[in-house]
Amino acid sequence: MEKKTKIHAEEGKQEILITREFDLPLTLLFKAYEQPEIFEQWMGTKVLKWENRKHGSYAFETSHDNRVVFKANGTIHEFIPNEKITRTFEMEDSPFPVQLEYLSFEKITDNSSKLLMHIVFQSVGSRDQLLQMPFAQGINIAHNRLQEIATKLI
Amino acid sequence: MNLRRDVFQAIADPTRRAILLLLASQAMTAGAIAANFNTARPTVSKHLQILSECELLKSEQNGREIYYQLNPSKLKEIADFIEPFRDMWDVRFNKLEEIMKNYKDK
Repeated sequence: MEKKTKIHAEEGKQEILITREFDLPLTLLFKAYEQPEIFEQWMGTKVLKWENRKHGSYAFETSHDNRVVFKANGTIHEFIPNEKITRTFEMEDSPFPVQLEYLSFEKITDNSSKLLMHIVFQSVGSRDQLLQMPFAQGINIAHNRLQEIATKLI
Repeated sequence: MNLRRDVFQAIADPTRRAILLLLASQAMTAGAIAANFNTARPTVSKHLQILSECELLKSEQNGREIYYQLNPSKLKEIADFIEPFRDMWDVRFNKLEEIMKNYKDK
């Protein structure tokens, strides 16, 4: 499968840029970020708090075998439907400092859209350390889950 | 047959990833690590053994205690920096796209 997600991380900078184009209308892309039930599905997590408004906050936790293995939370600074979300992101019980995230949603055509995620870290060191953590191996689980779903469809 | 522990298999387990996350800032004893999980102590020991076998963790004897810490060079080797991070987001976004395409069809 072609990898559509692009990451731009310049050496010596405390930020990264994640961009992704979707074969989805802008409103549907935004809905995946707006509706907690949908967010839970694609992130494979459980939403504990979800306040989509200025000064609102959110929290979610991911479990495996009935044990919580990942918890995160943050505060919403801007929430403009189909346009942008500005928020903080903090991983609980971890040494990683709070991140600042700017999400912009753009229409490309009636049936395609683009997400731009700009993450600002406390330092170059904390950015690099996060990138080096093997979180991505979580994709194995995601892959397995996709496999399960796909198998059921056959 | 190669019986060597496979690194990627080792970190495919969420508890083992949680242990790596826990050790990102400091060295800890097995007991202190286990205190962070509801799981039985021997289970945590097993996880530590697997992570050590594939050199993701280094251990150091300090008196009667064994302290575990990350082995950054091995982590770097796996991570090859950005690719796994990008992969993680790619998989998430693929899923998002899949879900929303079905949503549209409803």
